[in-house]
Amino acid sequence: MNNNLFTYCLRLGDNGLILSHRIAEYCSAGPQLEEDLAITNVGLDLLGQAESFLKYAADIKGGGTTEDDLAFKRKEKEYLCVHLTEIPNIDYAYIMARQFLMDVYNYYLFQKLTASKDTVIAGISAKAIKEITYHLSRSADWIVRLGQGTDESHLRIQTAFNDLWMFTDELFETDEIEKDLANKGIGVDSSSLKEDWKNKTKEIFSQAGLQTPTIEKHSLAYGKFGSHTEYLGFLLAEMQHIPLLYPDAKW
Amino acid sequence: MMEDSKKLEEFQAKIDADVKIEPKDWMPEKYRQNLIRQISQHAHSEIIGMQPEGNWLTRAPSLRSKKILMAKIQDEAGHGLYLYCAAETLGVKREQFLKWLHDGVAKYSSVFNYPTLSWADIGAIGWLVDGAAIVNQVSLQGTSYGPYSRAMVKICKEESFHQRQGYEIIVNLANGTKEQKQMAQDALDRWWWPSIMMFGPHDADSAHSNQSLKWKIKRESNDELRQRYIDKTIHQGEHLGLTFPDENLKWNDKTKHYDYSPIDWDEFWNVVKGNGPGNKARLAHHTKAHNDGAWVREAAIAFQEKQKLKSKIA
Repeated sequence: MNNNLFTYCLRLGDNGLILSHRIAEYCSAGPQLEEDLAITNVGLDLLGQAESFLKYAADIKGGGTTEDDLAFKRKEKEYLCVHLTEIPNIDYAYIMARQFLMDVYNYYLFQKLTASKDTVIAGISAKAIKEITYHLSRSADWIVRLGQGTDESHLRIQTAFNDLWMFTDELFETDEIEKDLANKGIGVDSSSLKEDWKNKTKEIFSQAGLQTPTIEKHSLAYGKFGSHTEYLGFLLAEMQHIPLLYPDAKW
Repeated sequence: MMEDSKKLEEFQAKIDADVKIEPKDWMPEKYRQNLIRQISQHAHSEIIGMQPEGNWLTRAPSLRSKKILMAKIQDEAGHGLYLYCAAETLGVKREQFLKWLHDGVAKYSSVFNYPTLSWADIGAIGWLVDGAAIVNQVSLQGTSYGPYSRAMVKICKEESFHQRQGYEIIVNLANGTKEQKQMAQDALDRWWWPSIMMFGPHDADSAHSNQSLKWKIKRESNDELRQRYIDKTIHQGEHLGLTFPDENLKWNDKTKHYDYSPIDWDEFWNVVKGNGPGNKARLAHHTKAHNDGAWVREAAIAFQEKQKLKSKIA
């Protein structure tokens, strides 16, 4: 089994899996019906991307493993999503700030992944980048709208970014696995995305009249390496509930 | 008055000739009011209906089922949107419809006040609740009000997919482990009668039915639709080895329909009046989401105003 590729696919898949789960939690709680529709759309895209990457990971693992086994039956430490995806739906400002920060990251990441020498990754990414381009355009619009809307919306969105900012340094952390796959033209070294990400967020913040918080290294333990926030355990307890309660059942 | 009675005659002639009534056409005030009530009630049902299903979205047991359920709930939001738009053509704004809902003036389908207690309930909602809704909605494609009729055509296409989604869950459970089969039976036991009640009171007791039929807002009576739903659903359950919770349910060779036990109207009216297991929670959830979102809607409006001002200056 190609361990590095397996781990890399889990990282890509888990980001979508957990972020789409947060969006699923928000179902029927949007500020207006149009937003309920739009945000669910984003959640569905992310879930679809997660399914594709987890299926590929399951194929790599072999031995009859399925994407559902990987999605629902791993231990907490075996999930490799970044902390930002785990943050709860505190309010609409946090939801959109979290989404925007991930969308910018995904946009540059998946652009590069479309050129992956691994045809499966390139294929999934070619479909995903179209979806992500829409996600980013939508979330960027909302950031500007909230930043320039009312005093209250400005304060709320700025507060959300101030609070979430500490989770962004993880996005650009890299390790031997990424470096190995980047050298082979299969994956992307996350640190190479930082400049583009910074420029794009700066551009949108300037349109929105928001201050860019400063990036500080907040932690040495990262989700993408299996060390999570306290939030994830509860999320998994709910998500894994049925498959763990009825291990022999098929759905 | 003379003019009104002439208008009324012409209006009825159009209805009788199956010509659709459009927003700018003259219509009797009662026709308008009747439609406002029915379409907004229908829209609210789609929106409140997202909650019992959303209750299991975060516990869907496979990626496939989660994706399908998420898409389905999104469809319901879309249906709500079409219907609010159709209702708005009658001169009432969405904000007002929501206010009536939150104030308890407007109703939604009582079936959504029942709780979803297991994953099988998601199957039962698709199979039975959507199955019953489709019978009604297929009939409503022929409703006399143009915007409502067109919304129904669109909705029916998606609803038949929902019904199949629900039935597929039930099929998987019925063919699964002993526990899964029991889960499916339990869901059928709890959802069968509420689904039958969805068609509303018997024709003789239905407050709005006669006028609605004359104006072709409704095309068939509550009892006709209810019977069609029962007739088409029984074999789907029996085929899976499930038992319907009605000992008097049997095929009547004379009427060529299934006979069934008397409906517990006390329960029906009790839930309609707000005493169902979920009435308060469903409404509270919707009201909270709406109130929590107020600052977002205000921001969007403020931003739009600023943009307008900018383009004027430019």
